[in-house]
Amino acid sequence: MVGKDCVAIACDLRLGLQALTVSNNFPKIFSYGSQVHLGLTGLATDVSSVSELFRYKVNMYRLREERDISPQTFANLVSSSLYERRFGPWFVSPVVAGINQTDGKPFICGFDSIGCIDFAKDFIVSGTASDQLFGTCEGLWEPNLGPEDLFETISQALLNAVDRDALSGWGAHVYIIEKDKVTKRLLKGRQD
Amino acid sequence: MDALVAQYSQPSHSAQDTTLDDSLALSSKIAPPLSLNFELPPIDSHSAWLRAMTDDHSNPQCPIKIAHGTTTLAFRFKGGIIVATDSRATAGNWIASQTVKKVIEINSCLLGTMAGGAADCQYWLAYLGMMCRLHELRHKRRISVAAASKILANLVYSYKGMGLSMGTMCAGVTPTEGPALYYVDNDGTRLAGNMFCVGSGQTFAYGVLDAEYKYEMEEDEALELGKRSILAATHRDAFSGGFINLYHVKEEGWVKHGFMDTNPIFWKTKLEKGEFSNVTSKLE
Repeated sequence: MVGKDCVAIACDLRLGLQALTVSNNFPKIFSYGSQVHLGLTGLATDVSSVSELFRYKVNMYRLREERDISPQTFANLVSSSLYERRFGPWFVSPVVAGINQTDGKPFICGFDSIGCIDFAKDFIVSGTASDQLFGTCEGLWEPNLGPEDLFETISQALLNAVDRDALSGWGAHVYIIEKDKVTKRLLKGRQD
Repeated sequence: MDALVAQYSQPSHSAQDTTLDDSLALSSKIAPPLSLNFELPPIDSHSAWLRAMTDDHSNPQCPIKIAHGTTTLAFRFKGGIIVATDSRATAGNWIASQTVKKVIEINSCLLGTMAGGAADCQYWLAYLGMMCRLHELRHKRRISVAAASKILANLVYSYKGMGLSMGTMCAGVTPTEGPALYYVDNDGTRLAGNMFCVGSGQTFAYGVLDAEYKYEMEEDEALELGKRSILAATHRDAFSGGFINLYHVKEEGWVKHGFMDTNPIFWKTKLEKGEFSNVTSKLE
């Protein structure tokens, strides 16, 4: 979700095998550098693999370029890496959120499993509760929210969406990303 | 009242000597029985057709989504019977409702529970309630739990293979039987027993119930155990949740012990008793 000079990204914490909740502490957001964050939903084994793959790729980028990767560059890296597996895709739908350190502008985008980038100036959703998230985000989001208001908005959007999805929930993580600060918070969601 | 009873009950001798034609003519004159008269789709195999239309698992695009997924439990102990259920209704992964009443009050001494198809359970337990009332009017005494559960079992058996989906428990106290508990499901199984858990969360509920259950429990212990078993199931089973519906059936009839939101109960159980240590309540 985009705010005024800030972005927010949030995920639930459930890991499940159909109806069985296997774990309630499985975060789906990963940080690359100080400002770039990647959210991954989908097949859990691929969520782990893909997050590690990008850790490797981003570290290699940093060693070669001697600077942090920008969200835009990272999005293109994600896109091309996913398309490499065009005929045997990773079963994930990623979301990227960050602030570009050069111009200070917020950036978010989403992808399908084979790398088509979906740029958006408001919000991106993904996962089993995506229909519900579209509803809550359309209803709650407004332009130019400050960091605290953005936190409230994204938290309410996520919690109320996962409460209508049997396969999501069990708590949530929220990251509020500003130009020189990242705040991470744990939401105590319903545990049923 | 007599007219009403006469309308729904026929003296047994009148049916004996009539031919098929006569009985057809008779049945068109008086009101037809409320059930057992459903229109059927013009196809060979109803069950296969219904399965094809409703099986969310093999075909997520199936056109008919039936509300499913539940945890219900009932157990006998020295003070009577505890009946407890969750309250979530799901259609696929969509949570259709968090406030379903899965305990059906058949009469002041008899309770039924709902698991499986919500419509099937609701309809047939209401029908059972009607049959129990008619039994009362005809025989001038309340129906036994055994008889009531058998009405339901025979009924679902007559529809066997046609896609009814229900797993239900009948709990009640009568002077002749004492506290009695029966399990009835859609393939016609009818079992008397001390403890049953039914629904997608049944295994989780059994886990807690088996570990802590003793027949000689006190009333408050038994109520707490029923509540705790449902809580465990709502936590681990994605298709159970919402509110805990708790009943106690004793000699004077059943008593309702609340319709409680699981969320505050869960955090109270975790923070005060130190259970559910798998759930993080602090960031790292």
